[in-house]
Amino acid sequence: MLQLGVGLGSGMLTRAQELRTLGKPLSGYGERSPYVKAARTTRQSKTPEAGSSASPLAEQYGILTPSALHYERHHAGVPAIDPAQHTLLIHGLVNRPLVFSMADLKRLPSVSRIHFLECGGNSGSEWQPKTGVDVQRSYGLASCSEWTGVPLRTVLELVGLKPEAKWMIAEGADACRMQRSVPLGKELDDAMLAYGQNGEPLRPEQGFPLRLLTPGWEGNIQVKWLRRLHVTAEPYYVRDETSKYSDLMPDGKARVFTLMQEAKSVITFPSGGQRLPGAGRYEVTGLAWTGRGKITRVEVTFDGGQTWQNAPLDAPVLRKAFTRFRLPWVWNGKPAAIASRATDESGYVQPTREELIAVRGTNSGFHFNGIKVWNIGADGSVTHVEA
Amino acid sequence: MWRLSLLLAGALRMAAQEVGRAPEAAEVRQYGLTIAPDGKGLPAGKGTPAQGRELFSAKCARCHGEKAQGDIGPPLVGGQGTLATKKPLKTVGSFWPYAPTVWDYVHRAMPFDKAGTLAPDEVYSLVAYVLFLNGIVPENATMDAKSLAKVRMPNRDGFIPDPRPDVKRK
Repeated sequence: MLQLGVGLGSGMLTRAQELRTLGKPLSGYGERSPYVKAARTTRQSKTPEAGSSASPLAEQYGILTPSALHYERHHAGVPAIDPAQHTLLIHGLVNRPLVFSMADLKRLPSVSRIHFLECGGNSGSEWQPKTGVDVQRSYGLASCSEWTGVPLRTVLELVGLKPEAKWMIAEGADACRMQRSVPLGKELDDAMLAYGQNGEPLRPEQGFPLRLLTPGWEGNIQVKWLRRLHVTAEPYYVRDETSKYSDLMPDGKARVFTLMQEAKSVITFPSGGQRLPGAGRYEVTGLAWTGRGKITRVEVTFDGGQTWQNAPLDAPVLRKAFTRFRLPWVWNGKPAAIASRATDESGYVQPTREELIAVRGTNSGFHFNGIKVWNIGADGSVTHVEA
Repeated sequence: MWRLSLLLAGALRMAAQEVGRAPEAAEVRQYGLTIAPDGKGLPAGKGTPAQGRELFSAKCARCHGEKAQGDIGPPLVGGQGTLATKKPLKTVGSFWPYAPTVWDYVHRAMPFDKAGTLAPDEVYSLVAYVLFLNGIVPENATMDAKSLAKVRMPNRDGFIPDPRPDVKRK
């Protein structure tokens, strides 16, 4: 129960006796309240420079992830780059190879757009019987920011693509010089070379000072700390698009360039690890997103999928962005199995875990977008469902 | 005279509209290599499994294990024939489709904490050794730009395009 009149319990103070302490002075760069503790997942590792930290989605309001809580996935640590020294080379099958400084790029017409970013390995645990216990550890390698940068098309027009140019090898300035082959097509209409995130320069963890942004595609191809685009006729089948981020099927074949992040949603409240203090009024809420454009519908079930009802979506619904759904709910205090199911503008409906596994088996590893079910116990505890 | 100044003004205006600058050839080289799966981009140099064994022990075994069986770092050997089983083991030998890609990755990203320090001959030697451990090249093989491009990896045809959307509703 909410306590009304906090602090009024023992001996009410008169107005004159009220204790007040002078607050903190002005500051150059703000910090959150010390009472707010939401944090990315971190774990002990002998190689902490390579790994991922998941965003606490259940503690996020609205659709924007605070930059400091944006999920991380690094392969060779976060480089410390002086933007004044950073350059982007575009060469290969172009008419005019060019080197751009950050100052050069900022002279070009810019755009700001809100887009989600999701690791291709997000929810990887869900392929296995031991699924993630809470939202953060099962769906937390996804975040959403307002990104600012130059449309990729603008920059490619400056260098001029040759007719045989069909791909580009994007390369980062991290220690491993992360490379990915990026197909050049109309799918890149909304791609940008981003230097801004949520109103300030990119965070180092998200690629400061420059990253590739290909909205709707898996995070790994949106190369951070972008230093080079080598335009080619063919993909290069580099390590991180064959050995990693490919989807192994039951017949032993692996799908490559599975770039699209398909429609997905998850209830963030109530969700695994939380506890409902008692029967009564609540707001069920969560996030939905799709690489194919806009979310058109989110349905919620309270009976493990037997019946579904539409959950209102926060307006405006943005393309390739987190979409917030909210549904008032009165809990009767009895056990419930709750889940959300997203539909996008292509008509694609988020599948169940079982439907995904029926097609792809359990060794796929990447691109899991199944429905996540939470069990609510009579005691109000919220737990995940193991397969 | 006015014609000349007009031309100059035009040229200046053009220059002002240009964003970015043309790189020198040496500057492009400094950015480093990009290696195509057919070996295009591989530099001069060569190495053998025997040379690779010594280097591996000194520079790689710490993470990948003395026999490349995996430790902190992933295993680099074994797994052939496991991809369609319940416990697939993805390694250079069982999974990677192209040998030049192995060269590219070792050269670009390894060793983990000293990436970019291996000379081309060292990379050829290490790749030769790992391919030898996987039974892909003989012990007396010499790997260079030409021979590496000719290596046929066991899982060369193991990759297929994205068929999604692939999940049908019940």
